[in-house]
Amino acid sequence: MTKVLVVDDEPNIVLSLEFLMQQAGFEVMTAEDGETALTRVAETRPDLVLLDISLPGIGGFDVLERLRADPDLARLPVIMLTAHGREVEREKGLALGADDYVTKPFSTRELVERVKALLGEAGQEGAS
Amino acid sequence: MSWRSEATVLAVAFGYLALLFLIAAWGDRRAERGRSIIGSPTIYALSIAVYCTAWTFYGSVGRAAETGPSFLLIYLGPTLAMLLAPFVTRKMVRIARAQRLTSIADFISARYGKSTGLGALVALIALVGITPYIALQLKAITLSHAVLVDYPEATGGTLENAPFWADKSFWVALVLAVFIILFGTRHLDASERHEGMVAAIAFESLVKLTAFLAVGAFTVFVLYRGPGELFARVAETPALLEVLGLAAVPGGALGWVGTLALAFLAFLGLPRQFQVMVVENVDERHITRAAWLFPLYLLAINLFVMPIALAGLLGDAGGNPDGFVLTLPLGTGAEGLPLLVFIGGLSAATGMMIVETIALSTMVSNQLVMPLLLRARLLPRGGQGALAGWVLGVRRLAILAILLLGYGYHALVGDAYSLVTIGLVSFAAAAQFTPALLIGLYWRGANRMGAGLGLTAGFVLWAWTLLIPGFAQSGWLDAGFLTQGPFGIEWLRPYALFGLEGWDIYTHALLWSLVANVGLLVGVSLFTRQSSLEQTQAALFTEALHPRLDQASLGHAGHTPRGELRALLDRYLGAATTARVFAEEPDQDDRHPASPALVARGERALAGALGSASARVLIDSVVRGEALDLPALLSILDTTSETLEMNRRLEQKSRELERAGEALREANERLRELDRLKDEFVAMVSHELRTPLTSIRAFAEILRDHRDLPDDKREHFLEVVVRESQRLSRLIEEILDLARLESGRLTLHPERLDLAELARRGVEAMQRPLEERGITLEVAFEADAAPVIGDPDRLEQVVINLLDNAGKFADATAPRVRLTLARHKRGFRLAVEDNGAGIAEDERERVFEKFHQIQHQDDGAPRARPRGSGLGLPISRGIVAHLGGRLWVEDAPTLGGACLVMELPEAPDDDAAPPTPPTAPASPAAE
Repeated sequence: MTKVLVVDDEPNIVLSLEFLMQQAGFEVMTAEDGETALTRVAETRPDLVLLDISLPGIGGFDVLERLRADPDLARLPVIMLTAHGREVEREKGLALGADDYVTKPFSTRELVERVKALLGEAGQEGAS
Repeated sequence: MSWRSEATVLAVAFGYLALLFLIAAWGDRRAERGRSIIGSPTIYALSIAVYCTAWTFYGSVGRAAETGPSFLLIYLGPTLAMLLAPFVTRKMVRIARAQRLTSIADFISARYGKSTGLGALVALIALVGITPYIALQLKAITLSHAVLVDYPEATGGTLENAPFWADKSFWVALVLAVFIILFGTRHLDASERHEGMVAAIAFESLVKLTAFLAVGAFTVFVLYRGPGELFARVAETPALLEVLGLAAVPGGALGWVGTLALAFLAFLGLPRQFQVMVVENVDERHITRAAWLFPLYLLAINLFVMPIALAGLLGDAGGNPDGFVLTLPLGTGAEGLPLLVFIGGLSAATGMMIVETIALSTMVSNQLVMPLLLRARLLPRGGQGALAGWVLGVRRLAILAILLLGYGYHALVGDAYSLVTIGLVSFAAAAQFTPALLIGLYWRGANRMGAGLGLTAGFVLWAWTLLIPGFAQSGWLDAGFLTQGPFGIEWLRPYALFGLEGWDIYTHALLWSLVANVGLLVGVSLFTRQSSLEQTQAALFTEALHPRLDQASLGHAGHTPRGELRALLDRYLGAATTARVFAEEPDQDDRHPASPALVARGERALAGALGSASARVLIDSVVRGEALDLPALLSILDTTSETLEMNRRLEQKSRELERAGEALREANERLRELDRLKDEFVAMVSHELRTPLTSIRAFAEILRDHRDLPDDKREHFLEVVVRESQRLSRLIEEILDLARLESGRLTLHPERLDLAELARRGVEAMQRPLEERGITLEVAFEADAAPVIGDPDRLEQVVINLLDNAGKFADATAPRVRLTLARHKRGFRLAVEDNGAGIAEDERERVFEKFHQIQHQDDGAPRARPRGSGLGLPISRGIVAHLGGRLWVEDAPTLGGACLVMELPEAPDDDAAPPTPPTAPASPAAE
């Protein structure tokens, strides 16, 4: 079963994302800060990460950088979530290797579509 | 062979004149090769010493013998004038050079609108007034020659009535005429310097000084053994002591002042002094040296005057005191020294005659003859340069005529007065020019009419009080009118005009002539108008030292064909000079109009040759249209001064601008910082708003898209939506509060209240929420009643905020919060502490910054308690500050974590008094 890791420090947002991913048929793990997120990735090897940028402790960008630095995890699909609407952050995220970038508040349907699309691509790659 | 034989004396005298020729020729040749020998301030000062004539040389001793030290006044006047020279003479030099002025007559004429009439008047007065002075020089030469050759028979008595061809002074006059024609009229342009002549004059000044010092030293150290013996001898002769005293001056104290003023004014007004000081000046800077060197020369040449006079009176030399310088050495049988003295006197006389004649002849030709010829259209219509010869011819004739006139006066009248007397009469005439000169130099309002009337009146009074009485005393007129007045009218008596008696005749004459002269000049000028040309010239003269005025191109605004201008200059100046004038704009067609600058150059060139008045007449004859008038000139002047003023102000402004720029940079920096803070704030606000909004939208969409949710989940999600909505509302409320606090528009409703009671209400409100979060709340009231002034709702908000905040920071496993209220001095302190990690010292102020959120360790467990917006503490601090209190962080005294303390002042005791509004200014939270 496809595994999705949700990382956000806002419990209600985690709750909603968890529900949405479960409804989409994924197995969901959660983390409320960067350090926990890295641990979860190492432990559970998720197929996709929904990663908030502003996290206590290690921030979202740092987490992304560390993931990309690990050759095993370099191709792990990551969707960045941010409450900042600033363009620079979006560019920074994409430059650091994020696969997608979603601004809060988001459309739940669109988010699910994007997750599925990324996992579909990854799946195809994996299949070929 | 005797040194005193007729032949020897004549040979030496003419030999001396030949030497002058050589020096002058050498000077001119050097000048032509561009290696001027007169470009020295010393030569300039020596040439000014032309002031010391034969009158000084022989007459000073004569005057000293009669009236004691009063002769010194004649030299104190010029000394005073030289003190002013760096200002006055410099200004005159500047003007004369700019306008190519050739004489004092030209100068005065130019000042008063290039008036032909005024120029002619000055020339006429000079001619009449100065001719006796020239005669005086001839008389001195004749007398000294007679004394030298015939001593002891002739001792300076009367002149023999010899026919002119046997009169040596006639031949001296002729030789000088040749000299002056050769060296004074080499160039047509009279404003060009006569370098050879000036060199000769400076040499003559050295000769006369040497000769006088020689005879002085001889008298004191050879005749007597030093000044001690001389004065001892004088002391033995009581009659002589009077001569030494000051009382001997004619006219007493008034006479002193009168003579001093006379010498001062004459020095400035004498045509020859104007010639050497202004026209012949090579370099303005020389004036500064001359200002002290010339007075020093005067001191040197006067050093031995008193000793010689006293020795002459003591000794048995006898005869006319004017001849003491000769008779004293002659009396000892010396022959070489008397000859040197004679040559010294000759040099003093010829020096004066040369310069004075050049000055007078220029005036006569340029101010009298040429204007008449121009007006009468008597000039031939010759071609190129034809008139240049005419002008020079007129000037040469004038030289001859002036010297012959001087000789004539000398032969006919000269016997009546002593040397000093003739000199003073001429001085009084020259003094008449000085008011028009000086006042015109400094008062722009002085005009032609005033100057003309003043000069005329001064001249008439001078003639009546000094000149005509001289003729009467010579026997040419009936002397009766001197004592009874003309036709018996007593108040018109020349020596006691308007009943003024008891004055010496010179002071008397000077007073009346100057009163009339200055009075009319000023009075008439005040009540009559100036023509536009006059206004222009007046402005140019009075503003002569104005920076850069000389560069201002003052030309004619009218239209002049170049061809006509060229033809005009050709006729009067010749081809070479004309070519020089046109040299700066050579390429243009002669049918084109001449530029104003070219016309101005042409006029200046003509002025140098013909004087400014004639030049103006000639230029006007070819210029069609208006000359540059006063408004145009003033605008040039104003532009110049405006430019200077503008520059000064620009500098000041640019300094101010620099400072303003600095201030602006700083302000800009602050604005940038504020802008950055504002951007940050907006970003923070947007972030904080988006967070609850995200949850609300997500759950709303979930509820919309999943209608088959189990009830408990549905209930839970709806609850989240409601709570997040409340959070959003609270956040918006806080942001608005903060904005109001920061802009000072927060409205508080202060009233007297009990802080203890308010704290209890806050505790009640927070008890349950805190307990739900597992937090133990302790309360300790150390004061039963705490009356303060405050807005109850806002204060309660603060208390709740503090409790909520403490709950967040309290220890995670066994969280405890404690509220205490206690009196502190004149107020109350409400403290809320927790048992958390505390707040580091350097973080304590930052917790009051907007959106500041303290990073605290997270054990990773999902947090059940909501996060704050980061606005609660800044708002609380703002409210407390508004109420005149303080809010800060310190160490928790009981629980060991952080402690937030609010302090408010105690309310005034009087319960009945109406609530006192807080005095604290409505300002943002203290930062």
